[in-house]
Amino acid sequence: MTITSAYDRGRLTVYLSGELDHHAAGEAIHGIGELLDEFLPRDCVLDLSGLSFMDSSGIAVIARARYRMQSLSGRIWIECPSPQVQRVLDAACIDRLVPVTSGNIGGLR
Amino acid sequence: MNTVNIIRLEFPSKSVNESFARTAAAAFAIQLDPTVEELGDLKTAVSEAVTNAIVHAYPDSIGQIGMKLRILERDTLEITVRDWGCGIENIEEAMKPLYTTGGEERSGMGFTIMQSFMDSLRVRSSPGKGTTVVMRRTIRPRITGK
Ligand SMILES: Nc1ncnc2c1ncn2[C@@H]1O[C@H](COP(=O)(O)OP(=O)(O)O)[C@@H](O)[C@H]1O
Ligand SMILES: [Mg+2]
Repeated sequence: MTITSAYDRGRLTVYLSGELDHHAAGEAIHGIGELLDEFLPRDCVLDLSGLSFMDSSGIAVIARARYRMQSLSGRIWIECPSPQVQRVLDAACIDRLVPVTSGNIGGLR
Repeated sequence: MNTVNIIRLEFPSKSVNESFARTAAAAFAIQLDPTVEELGDLKTAVSEAVTNAIVHAYPDSIGQIGMKLRILERDTLEITVRDWGCGIENIEEAMKPLYTTGGEERSGMGFTIMQSFMDSLRVRSSPGKGTTVVMRRTIRPRITGK
């Protein structure tokens, strides 16, 4: 799994790619945490378009990121999950916690 | 149900083996000609069961994990994941959504995902002896029209 990011006017976009399982989850939690500490964004977008596989370990990563954004009084959402990732998000009812958008619509306005 | 084909694997509870296990299961399942979605479901369920053995069964040590893949008559894949670790005191409670003893790095959704992605899930466990998870999924032949 790799993490890259882009920051633009208060919005941090985190791109996760590869496979997000328990083996990769610690690194993902740590990496996202460092980015949030560095940029203190108003909005955080988790772009999952490059993620070819995710299991429930990814749910914990997303829940952690949401918790961090809440403490910054910011917003967070998920963009572009692949079908396999979407099925895991659905099974975990993630949309009760974090909104999911299928395309890049530039946020929740 | 008759066994059509069977594979047994054993590997140490190292987290790098999570991807090995789900990829091996997917490679075995190919002979049932699954759809991409079915293959994704199988990989996810295996990942959950194997991760539980790695994280929960052997929390402070490396132990062995056994995975048995069987094709049953007809068109049913059975996946058995077992460990000889700490076991589960209360299986019913452990299977509830959001229940976890794993702290902030876990979501408590593993059993829920196994249940919703497979046709059946059975869990046997005895504290101090280990846990066995048996999952089945029927992969129906596709009508290709050719
Ligand atoms: N193989 C196992 N050995 C011991 N305990 C287990 C095993 N599998 C699951 N458990 C217990 O069941 C709980 C729920 O598992 P699960 O639904 O996969 O959620 P999570 O792995 O996120 O905790 C675990 O937190 C653990 O207490
Ligand atoms: Mg689990």
